[in-house]
Amino acid sequence: MTLILIVSVLMLIAVLWTVMARSLIRSMLGLALVSVGVTMLMFLFAAPLAGVFELSVCAGLITVIFAATVSLTKPMPAADRAKYSKERLKRYWPVPVLMLLAGAACFLFLKIPDFAALPAVANAENSVRHILWHGRTLDLAGQVLLILLGAFGVITLFKEIKNQ
Amino acid sequence: MTTFYLLLPVLFIVIFNLPFGKWMRSAAPWLAAGLILFQTVTSVTGLPAGWAAGLATVDGWLKFSAAVPDQFGQVMMFSVGVVSAAALAVGYSLFADEPKRFSFLNLLLISKTAMTGIILSQDLFSVYVFLEITSIASFVLISLNKDKAGLSGAYNYIVLSALATVFLLGSIGFLFLLTGGTGFADVANAVTASPHRLTASIALGFLVIGLFIKGGIVPFHGWLPDAYANSPAAVSVLLAGIVTKVSGLYTLIRLVALTSGLPAGLKEILLAVGALSVTVAAVIAVTQTNFKRVLAWSSISQIGYIVLGFATGSALGIAGAVFHILNHSLFKSLLFVNAAAVEKRAGTLELASLGGLQSKMPVTSSTSLVAALSTAGVPPLAGFWSKLLIIMALWQSHQHIYALIAILASVLTLAYLLIIQARVFWGKLKESFTAVTEAGPLITVTSVVLALLNIGVGLGFPFVFDRFFKPIKDILFR
Amino acid sequence: MIPLATPTTLWVMTAFIAALTVAGLYCLLVSRNLIRVLIGVELLIKAVNVLLALFGSITGRTALAQTLIITLIVIEVFFITIACGVVLSLYRHTQTLDTKSLTDRS
Repeated sequence: MTLILIVSVLMLIAVLWTVMARSLIRSMLGLALVSVGVTMLMFLFAAPLAGVFELSVCAGLITVIFAATVSLTKPMPAADRAKYSKERLKRYWPVPVLMLLAGAACFLFLKIPDFAALPAVANAENSVRHILWHGRTLDLAGQVLLILLGAFGVITLFKEIKNQ
Repeated sequence: MTTFYLLLPVLFIVIFNLPFGKWMRSAAPWLAAGLILFQTVTSVTGLPAGWAAGLATVDGWLKFSAAVPDQFGQVMMFSVGVVSAAALAVGYSLFADEPKRFSFLNLLLISKTAMTGIILSQDLFSVYVFLEITSIASFVLISLNKDKAGLSGAYNYIVLSALATVFLLGSIGFLFLLTGGTGFADVANAVTASPHRLTASIALGFLVIGLFIKGGIVPFHGWLPDAYANSPAAVSVLLAGIVTKVSGLYTLIRLVALTSGLPAGLKEILLAVGALSVTVAAVIAVTQTNFKRVLAWSSISQIGYIVLGFATGSALGIAGAVFHILNHSLFKSLLFVNAAAVEKRAGTLELASLGGLQSKMPVTSSTSLVAALSTAGVPPLAGFWSKLLIIMALWQSHQHIYALIAILASVLTLAYLLIIQARVFWGKLKESFTAVTEAGPLITVTSVVLALLNIGVGLGFPFVFDRFFKPIKDILFR
Repeated sequence: MIPLATPTTLWVMTAFIAALTVAGLYCLLVSRNLIRVLIGVELLIKAVNVLLALFGSITGRTALAQTLIITLIVIEVFFITIACGVVLSLYRHTQTLDTKSLTDRS
């Protein structure tokens, strides 16, 4: 329990950094740290496979995609940047306040009902392999479709605009 | 069945993209058109017997569920097929660039397959997966021309779609907590029988909000007019004809049916939201100056009718709503196909600059009139019957005010559609349009076929009703 | 073997997930940079992933929860890729990542 608390608090600090960081690169690093925090939470909630996926894909692949996108764009000109950072604080100061309020509201006022125990699942069936390959093959078909879609989407969108 | 509808198109896409040479590029649209039409026809007539058995065994190997779509699913798949075929025809006449045409073809097939996946799923999470795939395919399709307006429309759609995703996932999470599963049976169980009322209501509320955003229902319709008006012509046909219906409305209707009618509070909300969509969108449609924008707001208005229909919770209302989905796919895609024709030949969609095109594009003009009358609900066209069913259902459930609103909005619909007809087709021909002709055989044939379908479904209504819509009562109110 | 979550854990974690959701939502609604909006979307989806893992632990259905999360992560990757593609194409038109440029009639 204490481990869950520590990881959650660290993760929330990372979230705060992600939202309020000035430069986009720092936000992306913050996002990667949040992913690490989420991974650890998933390990603590007995979801190790999902945790590994989250770590490798979200902390790894998505950070790379964001970094690639940002590196293909030029940063703001310096004059705009000065003006922008002044109004940043004004726009983003509610974030820690709202986070604390939301957390406190849930903590104090939410009465969690006692969820009745569900019938236990047989051990052979309670494995990701079984469920994925025997129960949710439709989702797998969807993922195949998604991969094809991703290929065409990338081809369409990332190509340079030819001179019109 | 699932193999046939989901995996066969994937196989086709893979084959189209193997390096067979130029003849494959030219053969691809014909093969794709053949596949789409075959799937459309077999969705209502069923597969030939020998094939059905063989495909069923493949389904068994791949562990797909053996369920065959019921009448509601068949009607939806038929609509998906018709609109996809129309979009294919329009796309192949309008995209000038060969690589773009080929990308459009593949994306269209992916979108159609994903929508079929939504219809065939028996599990809420699978519905979500295919819903996401449909949305992502729409993002790419809207951006296909890579012009600034289209990309902006796509970006707005992306952000709102992400918000809808979060709501849907939250709802799936809560339902998972309540029942330990995500199938339709579990969802029905959670909503009707769970002892944790507040959690179930929150789950249901999130689900409805998420689906409202995807379906473009007021007040969550912000992304819709820009996305419809700024996307390439063929994509507008696809989006308006079927994507929003399947994404938002089909799932809502399934939900309503599963939970045997609606919890009382939700019914009031749905009726109010439906009436709001119908009126607000109709009023705004009258003020628009761009052909496609009027049609976009008109779509939101018709979606409101569908919501009013199934919000009554009665069998007649749901049958009317499903029938209106079919009719909407027929008349709205016809209107967008004609808008594409006008855009191609006259070069503009601004109502102020158009005029008198009837003499130069007679086929487009007359089919447009058929579609306009069908949308407004003029007998004996298709739209009349579905609107009649919805209004009757409202009256029978003692929602007299909503029935009156629906009737009045019908008058408004007729008004703005006749305004378009008059501004674009009737009146004096402007000099700049003397060289205008019909927009090519492919689009003209598509318009005529859709118009004939409108008339046919309207005239053949009694037959269609008995075969497809009466059984809905038994399916849905088990 | 990691024990399954208790109701106390559920109570505490709801607060944390709410805070994460609020942060993501604020980032999505208020940001003026196109990519930061996408980061807000990412935070929201992470909140949902944690939610699913938590609920899986409570109900005992950890395998199903993991399957759902894995599928979600795959979808999320493609969603972000396409979204970044759209942002990049927009950048090539407007040379800026400002959200105000979406509505400029230029």
